Amino acid sequence: MTDHILSQNSPAAHDIDIARSRETRRHRLNAVLRYALLTAVGLLMLYPLIWLIGASFKTNSEIFSNPGFWPENPTLDGYIKGWKTSTPYSFGTFFLNTLWIVIPKVIGTAISCTAVAYGFARFDFPGKKILFAALIATLLLPNVVTRIPQYLIFRDLGWLDSYLPLWVPSALAGDAFFVFMLVQFLRAIPRDMEEAARVDGATTWQTLIFIVVPLLMPALISVCLFQFMWTMNDFLGPLIYISSVDKYPISLALKLSIDTTEAFEWNRVLAMSVLSLAPALAVFFLAQKYFIDGISSGGIKG
Amino acid sequence: MARLQLRNLEKDYGSFRAVHGINLDVEDGEFMVLVGPSGCAKSTTLRMIAGLERVTGGEIRIGGELVNDKTPGDRGISMVFQNYALYPHMKVRKNLSFSMRLKRRPSAEIEQATNHVSSLLEIDPLLDRLPKQLSGGQAQRVAVGRALIKKPQVFLFDEPLSNLDAKLRASMRVRITDLHKRLKAENQQATVIYVTHDQTEAMTMGDRICVMKDGRIMQVADPVTLYSRPANTFVAGFIGSPEMNFLDGTFEGPESVRAADQTISLGADFARRLSGEPSGGVTIGIRPQHLRIAAAETPGTLKGKLNHIEFMGHEVYLYVDIGPKRIIAVVPSASYDRGALRDDWVWLSPDPKGVHLFDRQSGENISLAL
Repeated sequence: MTDHILSQNSPAAHDIDIARSRETRRHRLNAVLRYALLTAVGLLMLYPLIWLIGASFKTNSEIFSNPGFWPENPTLDGYIKGWKTSTPYSFGTFFLNTLWIVIPKVIGTAISCTAVAYGFARFDFPGKKILFAALIATLLLPNVVTRIPQYLIFRDLGWLDSYLPLWVPSALAGDAFFVFMLVQFLRAIPRDMEEAARVDGATTWQTLIFIVVPLLMPALISVCLFQFMWTMNDFLGPLIYISSVDKYPISLALKLSIDTTEAFEWNRVLAMSVLSLAPALAVFFLAQKYFIDGISSGGIKG
Repeated sequence: MARLQLRNLEKDYGSFRAVHGINLDVEDGEFMVLVGPSGCAKSTTLRMIAGLERVTGGEIRIGGELVNDKTPGDRGISMVFQNYALYPHMKVRKNLSFSMRLKRRPSAEIEQATNHVSSLLEIDPLLDRLPKQLSGGQAQRVAVGRALIKKPQVFLFDEPLSNLDAKLRASMRVRITDLHKRLKAENQQATVIYVTHDQTEAMTMGDRICVMKDGRIMQVADPVTLYSRPANTFVAGFIGSPEMNFLDGTFEGPESVRAADQTISLGADFARRLSGEPSGGVTIGIRPQHLRIAAAETPGTLKGKLNHIEFMGHEVYLYVDIGPKRIIAVVPSASYDRGALRDDWVWLSPDPKGVHLFDRQSGENISLAL
């Protein structure tokens, strides 16, 4: 009886096998197509960057004669001469200047934005709605609009040609976007853990430091990363407030090598551009895991 | 020492009054359960005791001391949350000792307390795990441990078992009650306020139970009293399973009532339980367990049509339509002869001891005089 049923079923089983292998083949073909397309588009988008890196090893004349990205006679000339710059300072000075702008700014942003976001997300105080609306309004305000009044304020404070105009607004949670981002993130975190901490005897600040900040870490890392990259790339800010060359960050220094008198040494500009990309890239790859990580899990598992 | 007193406690949310001036005394070492349907403000009350919710009016005293304006950390309380609220970035060990580390206790003392609590709750093997590596039951025990390590005057539990499955819930129920007894035996103050919406938890765990509804206390009593002498229709309906049957009736004399065009005789003993004659109509409350099948056409019994039968093993649930009203009778399997089938007429005789009369207007029980 069983045999009978089995033999009856076998043609069907055969059909299933064929269908299954057809399905697998189709899947594989799909995957190949998909990856080919993705690779092509990815290359297209990365090509300028690849060309930049290739061209930084070319001689100045080859940059214009050879449109490909692979240098015929690779040379480090651009890097060596570019590093020396046409000023009394080496490019290292400008790197340090950049770090000296970026690091305090990132730290200031992280601390101030966390404190402000915590206030908005967790406490009720008079005028909260109006203040939050004001915060969002500054988010929508184009930067250009505030440039001139800001410049006048900083001039009157005597802060021109110092890094203070770049640091202070961020250290006072001036970047509304980050505050908004952290507020939204905090709203998604249940209050239970903070309440548990208060019952355990923690003060508001202890709760913030020991409980909220660790929970907020993924968002906080994103904030730091954004601030790092945006500040690295910021050209207008330093251009407006910094006037002495010894205080120039990379973004201005790159421009500097363009308008020197000794013609445009494009390979130097490109070589230094490659170097200036490096920190941002390195930081991004190091923090990628956290950057992508969502909210910390586990606190509210059932 | 750790008596908890609530005096005219009130809570407003804007114009909405959530808690209407409640008064409650919880004795030292007592296990008090706050129970009620959702929205009855039991959790709000607990959170006010914890200091997580601001008090609109009235007083909270712990050990005689007014704590209205104290921070949660200074009230000598600890709390177990519904979602455990373990700190996700700390290992179990750090979770347990967080309160002690905040107080900067010496590390030897912290170590010793952590070990004591973890052995008490059998969570020693979990000390180096993160909360996300724990199962629900384990997380719950860690949460209890975190409350225990503070040696609080009052423990607050906010529906701690509602996220567990039925089996685990039953075992945690026993575990918590055991723990309470053990702490009491060790002479540690262990006044407990336990919030739940589950009447089984309330009945099995509480020394006394406070039944709440819409921000008011309906009755505070021990489980037996609550079951046998409910103060009003709400408590009567809330406690007990299946729910008490209610029939609208009229008072015919001290020994009988009339409902659904039938006269139910209750006997002379019942008459003595009545506190005065009700003016208007009454609601007759009879628990399903207090109904018995009587012989056909017995005078003074309730005649109804059998609608549905559920055989539960040691007992049988009979769903009987009396006029438009459906009531449930729970009878022992032995006494149910399987003679009666669907759509048959049956006669149910209530045990007068289990019958309650409620004033229909106020819902108050008027048969508690004895």
